[in-house]
Amino acid sequence: MSFRIKIVTFVICIAMLLLVVDLVRRRKLREEYSQLWFATWFGILVLMVWFDLLKWISHFIGAVSNVSTLFLFAFMFLILISLHFSVVISKLTNRLKDLSQQYAILRNELESMKKARTDTVQ
Amino acid sequence: MVENELERTIVIIPAHNEGAHIAPIVTQIKANYPYFDVLVIDDGSSDDTRARALDAGASVISNPFSLGYGGALQTGYIYATRNRYNFLVQLDGDGQHDPTCIYDLINPVQSGTADITIGSRFLISQKEGLDWPAYRAPVVRMIGMRLFSAIATFFTGQKVTDPTSGYQAMNRRAFHLLAGDKFPIDYPDADVIIMLHRAGFRIKEVPVRMFPSPDDKSMHSGLKPLYYIFKMFLSIIVTLLRR
Repeated sequence: MSFRIKIVTFVICIAMLLLVVDLVRRRKLREEYSQLWFATWFGILVLMVWFDLLKWISHFIGAVSNVSTLFLFAFMFLILISLHFSVVISKLTNRLKDLSQQYAILRNELESMKKARTDTVQ
Repeated sequence: MVENELERTIVIIPAHNEGAHIAPIVTQIKANYPYFDVLVIDDGSSDDTRARALDAGASVISNPFSLGYGGALQTGYIYATRNRYNFLVQLDGDGQHDPTCIYDLINPVQSGTADITIGSRFLISQKEGLDWPAYRAPVVRMIGMRLFSAIATFFTGQKVTDPTSGYQAMNRRAFHLLAGDKFPIDYPDADVIIMLHRAGFRIKEVPVRMFPSPDDKSMHSGLKPLYYIFKMFLSIIVTLLRR
C-alpha cells in the first residue's frame, strides 16, 4: 500500500470522525445512532495506523491486496449500519402506529364528550 | 341475547375507502343486534366512509392515516380494551361478510365454549337448512388458502379450513392480547391463529356466509401476494420460535 493512499485514507477517516462529532455536537445526530459511525471510521483508522494488523488480516482471510481488506471491512460496516437503520425505522414505525392509534381513540373520546355536553346544554 | 352489562359486545369494522358499502352493513347490524355497539375504524379514508358510517349510527374512530388492515383492527382491539367490553366481533367493511352470521359467531364465545371463533366460508355445507352457494375464488388464491389452511391445521392440531378469514368473534382475554405488541400488523392471518393456539386459547371455526369482495381491491394485486406468502411463512416461523 502506497504512502499516498495511507495519507488520503487517514485524512478521510479523521475528517469523517470530526464530522460525526460535529453532528452530535449540533444535535443533528443522536448519540445512540452515532456509535456505528464511530466504529466504522475508527476501525478503518486503526487498520491504517496499525498496518501489521491489516496485513495479518489480509493474509488470514486470503485477500490479495491490503486495500481489498479495507474495502471489505468498510463494506461490512456499511451493511451493519443499514441493518441498524432498518431496526431503528421498524421501532419508529411501531411508535408512530401506537401514537396514531392513541390519537384516533382520544379524538373519538373527545368528540363523544363534546357531543354529550352539547346535548346536555340543549 | 339479553342486554346485560356483563355481556357488553362491540362489533368492529375496519374500513378504508368503503363509503359505498359501509352504511348498509352498519344498518343491518344495528337492526339485527340492537344491543351491540358498532364501531367503524376509518383507516385514513379519502372518501366519505366516516360521514356515512356516522349517519348510519355507528361510532367512528378515524386513524389519521392508513395503518393497514391489521393496524385498523388493532385500533378496535385497543378501544374495546379501554372501554371494558367483554366480547368483540370483527368483520370487513367491504360487504364480504354477511352480518346475519354474527349470532352464530358470538354464541360459542358468549357461552364459554370457545375463546375465539373464526368464520369459515368453506364450512357452509355443515350449516343445515340454508341454500348458500359455495364460495368461489381464483385458483391461485384458493391454492394459497389451502396451503395456509394445512399449515395452521398442522401446528394447531385441529382442522382450520379458513385461516385468512377476518370474520371473527372473541372474548376479552383474546382481544386484550391482540391489543398488545404481539399482534402482527400486516396481514394477520394464520400466524395469529397459531399464536393464539400456542397461548392456550380455544379456537373454533363456525360456518359463515361470505360474498366475493365487491371491488376485489384487497391484497391480491401486483407483487402483494408474493410478499404475503413471504411474510406469512416468516411470521409463522418466528411465532413458533417465540415462547
